[in-house]
Amino acid sequence: MTIPRTLIDKIWESRLIDSKPEGDLIYIDLHLFNEVTSPQAFEGLKLKDRKVRRPDLCMATADHDVPTGKHGLQVIDEIADKQLRFQQMYCKEFGIEHYPMSSSGNGIIHVLGPEKGLTQPGMTIVCGDSHTATHGAFGAIAFGIGTSQVEHVLATQTLRLSRPKTMSVTLVGTPHPDATAKDLALAVIRTLGTDGGTGHLIEFRGDAVRNLSMEGRMTLCNMAIEAGARSGLVAPDETTFAYLKGKERAPKGPLWDLAVDYWHSLATDPGAQFDKEIEIDITEVGPMVTWGVNPAQSVPVGSKIPALESFATKSEREAAVAALSYMGLEPGVSVSDIPIHTVFIGSCTNGRLEDLQAAAKVLEGRKISSSVRSLVVPGSASIKREAERLGIDKVFSEAGFEWRSPGCSMCVGMNGDIVPPGKHSTSTSNRNFEGRQGAGARTHLVSPETAAATAILGRIASPSDLPPINKKEGK
Amino acid sequence: MMEPVSIIKGSAYPLPRSNIDTDQILPAKWMKRVERTGYENGLFEIWRQDPSFITNDPERSQASIIVAGENFGCGSSRQHAVWALRDFGIRAIISSSIADIHRGNLPQEGIVPIELAQDVVELLLAATGVNPRVEIEINVTDRTVTCAEAGVFAMPFRIDNVSHFNLIHGYDPIDVTLTFEKSIETHESSRDPWLPQCSPEFV
Repeated sequence: MTIPRTLIDKIWESRLIDSKPEGDLIYIDLHLFNEVTSPQAFEGLKLKDRKVRRPDLCMATADHDVPTGKHGLQVIDEIADKQLRFQQMYCKEFGIEHYPMSSSGNGIIHVLGPEKGLTQPGMTIVCGDSHTATHGAFGAIAFGIGTSQVEHVLATQTLRLSRPKTMSVTLVGTPHPDATAKDLALAVIRTLGTDGGTGHLIEFRGDAVRNLSMEGRMTLCNMAIEAGARSGLVAPDETTFAYLKGKERAPKGPLWDLAVDYWHSLATDPGAQFDKEIEIDITEVGPMVTWGVNPAQSVPVGSKIPALESFATKSEREAAVAALSYMGLEPGVSVSDIPIHTVFIGSCTNGRLEDLQAAAKVLEGRKISSSVRSLVVPGSASIKREAERLGIDKVFSEAGFEWRSPGCSMCVGMNGDIVPPGKHSTSTSNRNFEGRQGAGARTHLVSPETAAATAILGRIASPSDLPPINKKEGK
Repeated sequence: MMEPVSIIKGSAYPLPRSNIDTDQILPAKWMKRVERTGYENGLFEIWRQDPSFITNDPERSQASIIVAGENFGCGSSRQHAVWALRDFGIRAIISSSIADIHRGNLPQEGIVPIELAQDVVELLLAATGVNPRVEIEINVTDRTVTCAEAGVFAMPFRIDNVSHFNLIHGYDPIDVTLTFEKSIETHESSRDPWLPQCSPEFV
């Protein structure tokens, strides 16, 4: 009888080339690039006269620097322009599939992989970006790496790594009907803490995870990094296969059947041991919002910022004091009373079509508050086209949102899309770090639905807080 | 090839905050560069505007070690943060936990990621906080930390084996991996036939 293994063990062992006390050498099936973290890696490669070993396993896009405003897109500065040009030059030189700014295939790298069917179960996927975890939703080991490791993968298509520990996070109970994948992610991070997953790969399990769409699973896995984990995974199932079937780069014909058979075998075996197993009760979890400067500092929408005495450790208390000082907030303040200046819907966390549809459903027939600047940035050019075909762009525009072109935009604030100093934003992105959305910006992470409701009321609110639409005034 | 790292001895910057993310270590605007050097002025750029911030202490101008609260280096994978630490003269980070990606990036530039129990980190924070001249000695080869003023003597620290191996030998990891060419080829010859491929022709 074979020893029961976890999903993570199965993938790791299938890609293992060499095992030594100083680490495992594993093969990388797909290497993704953005324009910001790869130029120095290509340069390093050239300096040593090395080649890209497998350009056929590499795909690149421009996302961090690209402007998202109206047509005639202007890159905000010379250096962004230089990064974009360097990427184009290196991709051409080494024969790498590349989707430059404004091209019809462009988008956020973690949106493109799944969209093109490049992200498949059982694969190992890396990118010089921490939110590579997103691809784990397909039952792949996908994680962010630094520039030296990017160079290493370019040269060898492998990485030497200490084997990560395995962690099972099982969501038990039934969330509130208004809960989205983003709310579950924030609730999970609140429970695990910002470093609860450090050194681990997490497999998310339980009915609440199974019931999520692929888009929802991507949102959850995307934020595993915010709990310190290298990545999060969900075992592939019928939902995964239905999503992949027919995608451009998904297996076709007899290969599809072979692949599905194999993908079925990846699920964690009954009785398999994880290094750590955690159950999180998500009963009645509903819309969530962060109040501090890390994604674990969150509360339900409509509640109050916690009292300092409620924090279990000195370190958490000190972190809360520092966070509230930056945010200009105090314990006991109701999050509904925080005036919101900017609303951002987009990013690799919540910039997919399903996210835009969910927000549009809230906005339909309503107008956003005159005090709020709101922008929606589709995750890819293809999502933008599809949304426009469905008329979703009109719902956003008529409500008062700026309908933008794809990119990372206000999630990382490198392209000129920023929140003014001292102003509060609600954002569907993944990090509320100090200065993340611009120097002095005060970020509150939320779901697309909560972002939409907040834009309408000008204060942090969930869709259930909205008054019914007055048909005479609407439209 | 990098210089092998065996012993690091120096004074420290105590940074008792937890969750110091890579956006604080180096704000994103500094990622708009295509060079690998010249990042020293970006290190803690926002916090350094405060004259009382620890790196502005003239008595610590020679410090080479950061002692930080838990979960140092969380967030973005940017290795630019490591370039900033290196260019500023930092040679080791001590914390009770260093975030995974950052912990892997640090040794790529010869900086030693050192994880110790929180109570030991507190002792080091206290001793180096009181006296800017207090020195910490790190024996990388033996994986121990000593700081007499903190009452810490040859305390074993945690470091993953890949990082330790590369640091003490000063190897270029790519050179090491390239010696496994045969094994890589063997793996490549048996990859599943349905695995996706990329090509500029798809664009």
